[in-house]
Amino acid sequence: MSTRLDHGGRLIDRDRPVTFRFNGKKMPGFAGDTVASALLANDRVMVGRSFKYHRPRGIVAAGPEEPNALLNMGRGPRFEPNQRATTTELFDGLEAESQNHWPSLEYDVGAINQLASRLLPAGFYYKTFIHPRPAWKHVFEPVIRNSAGLGKAPKDGDADRYEHFYWFTDILIVGGGIAGLQAALTAATSGLRVTLIEQTAHWGGRAPVDGAEIDGEWADEWVQGAVQALETMPNVTLRTRLMGAGVYDHGYVLGYERVSDHSPADDQPRHRLWKIRARQVITATGAIERPLSFPGNDLPGVMLASAVRDYAVNFAVSPGQRTVVVTNNDDAYLTALALVDVGQTVPAIVDARPAGGGELAQEVANHGVEVHLGAAIAGVTGRSRVEGVKITAQTGTGTDPTEIACDCVAMSGGWSPVVHLWSHCGGKLTWNAPLAMFQPDPERPPTGADGQGFVTAAGVAAGVPIERAGEGLSNFQTLRSATEAAQSVCVRLGRSVGDAAMPAVREVETAPLAPVWIMPDGADIRLREKMWLDFQNDVKVSDVQLAAQEGFESVEHTKRYTTLGMATDQGKLSNINGLAVLSKALDAEIPQVGTTTFRPPYTPISMAAIAGEARGKTFQPLRRTPMHDWHAANGAHWEPVGHWRRPYCYLHGSETPEQAVAREVRNTRANLGLLDASTLGKIVVKGPDACRFVDMLYTNKMSTLKPGRCRYGLMCSENGFLSDDGVVARIDAQTFLCHTTSGGADRIHAWMEDWLQCEWWDWQVYTANLTEQYAQIAVVGPNARKVLEKLGGSLDVSREALPFMGWAAGRLAGFDARAYRISFSGELSYEISVPAATGAEFWDLLIEAGEEFGAMPYGTEALHVMRAEKGFIMIGDETDGTVIPQDLGLDWAISKKKDDYLGKRAQERSHMTDPERWKLVGLETMDGSVLPDGAYAVGAGTNANGQRNMVGRVTSTYHSPTLDKGIAMGLVLHGSDRMGEVLEFPGTDGKTTRARIVDPVFYDPAGEKQNA
Amino acid sequence: MLILDCPCCGRAADETELEGGGEAHLTRFGPGASDDDFERYLFLRGNPKGVHFERWRHAYGCGKWFLAARCTTTLEVFGTYAAQTTAPPPEIVAAIKARRPNWEAPV
Repeated sequence: MSTRLDHGGRLIDRDRPVTFRFNGKKMPGFAGDTVASALLANDRVMVGRSFKYHRPRGIVAAGPEEPNALLNMGRGPRFEPNQRATTTELFDGLEAESQNHWPSLEYDVGAINQLASRLLPAGFYYKTFIHPRPAWKHVFEPVIRNSAGLGKAPKDGDADRYEHFYWFTDILIVGGGIAGLQAALTAATSGLRVTLIEQTAHWGGRAPVDGAEIDGEWADEWVQGAVQALETMPNVTLRTRLMGAGVYDHGYVLGYERVSDHSPADDQPRHRLWKIRARQVITATGAIERPLSFPGNDLPGVMLASAVRDYAVNFAVSPGQRTVVVTNNDDAYLTALALVDVGQTVPAIVDARPAGGGELAQEVANHGVEVHLGAAIAGVTGRSRVEGVKITAQTGTGTDPTEIACDCVAMSGGWSPVVHLWSHCGGKLTWNAPLAMFQPDPERPPTGADGQGFVTAAGVAAGVPIERAGEGLSNFQTLRSATEAAQSVCVRLGRSVGDAAMPAVREVETAPLAPVWIMPDGADIRLREKMWLDFQNDVKVSDVQLAAQEGFESVEHTKRYTTLGMATDQGKLSNINGLAVLSKALDAEIPQVGTTTFRPPYTPISMAAIAGEARGKTFQPLRRTPMHDWHAANGAHWEPVGHWRRPYCYLHGSETPEQAVAREVRNTRANLGLLDASTLGKIVVKGPDACRFVDMLYTNKMSTLKPGRCRYGLMCSENGFLSDDGVVARIDAQTFLCHTTSGGADRIHAWMEDWLQCEWWDWQVYTANLTEQYAQIAVVGPNARKVLEKLGGSLDVSREALPFMGWAAGRLAGFDARAYRISFSGELSYEISVPAATGAEFWDLLIEAGEEFGAMPYGTEALHVMRAEKGFIMIGDETDGTVIPQDLGLDWAISKKKDDYLGKRAQERSHMTDPERWKLVGLETMDGSVLPDGAYAVGAGTNANGQRNMVGRVTSTYHSPTLDKGIAMGLVLHGSDRMGEVLEFPGTDGKTTRARIVDPVFYDPAGEKQNA
Repeated sequence: MLILDCPCCGRAADETELEGGGEAHLTRFGPGASDDDFERYLFLRGNPKGVHFERWRHAYGCGKWFLAARCTTTLEVFGTYAAQTTAPPPEIVAAIKARRPNWEAPV
């Protein structure tokens, strides 16, 4: 029985009782409890089921290493799955549910998997669900997906607020145990800015729980004194509930602050992501205790010895009435003492070491606790919680065990320093054989911009220098390491430290640890199949041994084959034990097998914290044209174009978008259409060398363009592929205005600057991206000239004054304007550009003046349809980064006279001049239907994979309201030589559409309308 | 998350302000170049483990391109310098030599 004790509890406040619900049942707790301690206080030992076999799972740990106690927390817009009970602070009204079971925690159908565990070994999925192929998609995957998974996905939007915070500091110390505090006290004397962060709500770490004595007082008192001293120092910042999540290049550290997880809806942000730049980082992150691998070690009630005393000392919770302690080191004896102290029974200590422990063991023996030396646990009895253990000799095979009744097992397999933050940015590890642990190698730290180390491990997280390994992980060693770390970091930053007193510590004489990786040593396969390494993912000793046997010798391969360490605890408990088992199976030394890679974050952080404020309207900037509000007020059906929103069409009444597009096309061709073309890129290129520069940028010879004239131009990458297109207007002898696609403006401007800054830096050219400085309106259709003439002004738009592909500046109805006589629709067309500030007003004027001429705005889809009717290409439709202008029949826009332009050399390569390249053609369906977008044309024969040979594909396809039939463009093998041929396009729906190859210009091939 | 000093505006720029532009000091080959030269220019990159010269643009700062000499394994930065050069300047070479005595400039 797991109970709350009548007195004690370092962290709980008995004057502030709270109530919470677990699986719907109301339970009491105290302020200061974690969800885990409160569950244990209510005798809820079993809290979930494992991932693969659905075995009963109980709380194992008391910190972030907990693999089992993952719960669904909260409800509605504050629901979140997979929250660790051990690191979630209790508050009044908290609601939690256990996960991964159906129909209930106690009676779970999936638990039948464990009966078949012999049939579900490592690699089972890889080996089994291969044939028949279609069965994966239709049978195996749905069933596996249904039975897998931990928590439920939230259904509602998140009600909370999250934010990012930038922080700069000289020294960042991660971990607020005695090492972190001592490091801060020492470093602070240098005058440097020191930031000390602690992931829990409390300072002091393990030392107070373990009853350490510092400077003659209980560690808890020393901790309070240290915190008080630090709080008065102006150069020191202290923060609790702030975890060091990851260490990155050049002293960048991500901190994860759980601001109000413990007090939801209190109007604070829930989480805050700290983006810290530290000149030096000290990791005082402590160590995590390892489980022992004995048969039945996964049963609820089997816990880490350190966790058992955490619950007893911090929360006054005894996880059992009778607790058997099993260990390979002295530390677990502290648990026995803590339990005896609070009046609980310890029926036996099972110590794998034949010689037993040191001073602490003596103390335990003095309390009359029975100690079994050279002993092991050969099995745990009980179905869903511990009822007893079987004790045998460690050196044997586990036969003839003696049974002892108990309801809790406290295990300790030694400690692993928390080296995650040290390792994230390249810090290397070294194996400390006497203490059987990996620890940071101070000779190989992560390095910063100056090539020097920028992370220093301190305290237990630093391990113990090999020459001092005999001293073990003592409090004295912890404080000395912290003092030295702070001193060396300050010296590295060019400061000396004051006389930081090294506190006096009462030392306890200890006996060495014995590396014990399985227990008992000679266990046969039946026992090894019951020794869990990874509790959450159900990876057992036998699985790792099988992986080694099957040739998965690399630790990274074994991890992925067995899923060892791939659970949400990322192997915090299982890694070293798994490695040791693997190295033994491979007959190699542990350091030769090595560790898997430590990657950030240290423990999972919320996605919302990463997103911060970037959601909803602030997710990304929205670019609006000057006429945006008019569009919104007049039925705009929006389409995102880069960061812009452009009207796809304008809906009238109950029209569908298809109907609106058809109306807009017909009206523009018959009367007058107005298009907001302000998003079009507008880049000015100016200077004595501007001619030379545009001749390099464009495939055409732009320098021959006369002022007052426009020319359509193509830009290619150095790879020869078409990258952007647009009309260039020659403004004066030294000035060109280059129009780009809407999405391409910033990219093309950057492209120009790259060449000017990095290749032709001696050319005198200046560029400016004026895209947002001008509003641009396309006035399109047979009545275009009439409406502009009606506006009046100095700008002469007559056919004679402003012929096709000319431009002129002047005043239109009092507006400063430029008129470019260019056409992307095939109609008589003027693009009028006015200063952005006057754009909305000018648009209103055009709408009003155009009324008598049948003016209607049109959107991007009508634009697309009309350009396709004219056979004009669209960047991104006809091009995809593999298409050269020659493929599109644009040879007329490629200068033969120029020595060079960007992409020219590439277009001479053999593959680019290959006559087998697919060429642009028009496609006309035989039955008038619309070809599916992206459909492939198939030809005779099959390829090596038995698929039908492809001879072309559709690049643009529309219903043409003008021609009332489906029209398309496509790239087709030998296309331009195959006019009139009919191609077959099989669709994904099994139907085949037939289309004839035709000229891509469907509408007004002679250009009479645009030239009118 | 590197920090590089922009030699154009003098700011220490966080990597989020920068855009990478790949290997520096490439020689452009255009029409008339052999297939081998063109291939080397367009496709072949050193990708060294160690000292690397690279192009960076202070995209969310002054907008200018600059070059950096950096170690790809230790993240050490030997210096940043103007993009308007065809080879690393002597002070950058000296800074590298001081830290990597056995390093030879690639030919």
